[in-house]
Amino acid sequence: MLEALQFEFMRNALWAGLLASVACGIIGTLVVVNRIVFISGGIAHAAYGGVGIAFFLGISPTFSAAVFSLVIAAVMATVTLRNKQRADTIIGVLWALGMAVGIILIDLTSGYRVDVMSYLFGSILAVPSDDLIMMVVLDVVIVAVVAFFYNGFLAMSFDEEFAQTMGVPVKTLYFILLGLMALSVVMVIRVVGLILVIALLTIPPYIAEKFSVSLAWMMVFSTILSCIFSFTGLWLSYAFNLTSGATVILVASLFFFVSLLWGRARVST
Amino acid sequence: MEDLAVEVRNVSFAYDGHPVLRDVNLEIRKGEFLAVMGPNGGGKTTLLKILLGILKPGKGSVLLFGKHPGEMAHKIGYVPQDTNINKEFPISVMDVTLMGRLAALGSGWRYSATDRLLARQALERVKMWDYRHRPVGRLSGGQRQRVFIARALAANPAILFMDEPTASVDKEFQTELFEFLKELNTSMTIVVVSHDMAVLSSYVKSVACLNQTLYYHDAAEITDEMMEMAYHCPVELVAHGMPHRVLRRHED
Repeated sequence: MLEALQFEFMRNALWAGLLASVACGIIGTLVVVNRIVFISGGIAHAAYGGVGIAFFLGISPTFSAAVFSLVIAAVMATVTLRNKQRADTIIGVLWALGMAVGIILIDLTSGYRVDVMSYLFGSILAVPSDDLIMMVVLDVVIVAVVAFFYNGFLAMSFDEEFAQTMGVPVKTLYFILLGLMALSVVMVIRVVGLILVIALLTIPPYIAEKFSVSLAWMMVFSTILSCIFSFTGLWLSYAFNLTSGATVILVASLFFFVSLLWGRARVST
Repeated sequence: MEDLAVEVRNVSFAYDGHPVLRDVNLEIRKGEFLAVMGPNGGGKTTLLKILLGILKPGKGSVLLFGKHPGEMAHKIGYVPQDTNINKEFPISVMDVTLMGRLAALGSGWRYSATDRLLARQALERVKMWDYRHRPVGRLSGGQRQRVFIARALAANPAILFMDEPTASVDKEFQTELFEFLKELNTSMTIVVVSHDMAVLSSYVKSVACLNQTLYYHDAAEITDEMMEMAYHCPVELVAHGMPHRVLRRHED
């Protein structure tokens, strides 16, 4: 592993893993406690529409995916607030629609489609330095916004109705949360690809929740776990020449099942 | 008019065209201890949410102390049903109680030393201060309810709303709970919403029955026969549509 660090792409990959883990840890925690995993999956997959638009128009895929995800997130936020009963169906439709738009637009784009797989399964070994700067900026935004609204997010996540009676603007916070989620998703797509985003958003918080005393600690533990999964996965993928994104998720899933068994064992003793 | 805590005028509410409340009128005086009874699905929760400002009435108006519920957030104490709470959520008793201070804070929601002191006093009042570091998920139903009462009290409310207070609490604690509410009632108005007749203890000063439409009972004597009537009142009232009296007003 150490000799691999002489390569810039490897150093960039580690940085990307670390930066994506910060977003995953913070936003993933809010996703898990607010039970909006399905929405995060919807946004991640619909983001492919943004990638398709980028290829079709010849613009930056990351930028396009970010804008497209934000739009989809705003639509999903509106729908889930207006029609709670059928929200899951509509999210499912947007999920599929986004992907379909992406695939059709890439069909319509002549030639060049080498890069497409990297959006589906991640391309952590091919993160340019420019993207790292963008990831730093996004992390700073996420940390700042969540820190500023922390007590509001906490109240909304724990007991939405009580938060409302206390005058906390839960609808506005919900829109902000989904917006931050869209940005995180675009970032995490870099590391594990859009198909695997849900796993990296949810597995670290799920494990962290069991030994956290507060939401803030849950975010910190999730970030650390996410780093461990990313680095271990990256190392294994390098050592055995495997797809990095899938390897990261495999490591995370292994930890997930171990934590489940451990939790069971603890209950039965 | 000045001694009214709650004024509900001709309030109707429907979910997707399905009426839940019809032309509800209710006046609650300051210092009142009211139980809103009625069957499940009779609109109790909806009425409570309208009083709390979570839902807007389709028709009619609601005033709390002469103002819209949204402007009165800092005067409202709300104790929800225990079942609404995610027990895995990583949060301590103290952090839950501090949420009662949210309405008094600015948009940054930063707690001051005063907020912490008020939360502490509220926890001491319900005898849960020793548990302040404990995760709420690891408390018993009765202990958790005390914490939720403390959270409501931390707001220094003028009116306290409780949803199904007897639902997750054993019989023994119920008496203690009502004794405590009676004591609180000397300094604040209390509205309890329940389908359980157990709340119709001697501590309650008046009763309203709600099954889409609302009937208010003020004063009357408790007899076995009347208890029986009150128990059946949501159904009976719909049957013959006549208000009747259940409880006598307490003169203490």
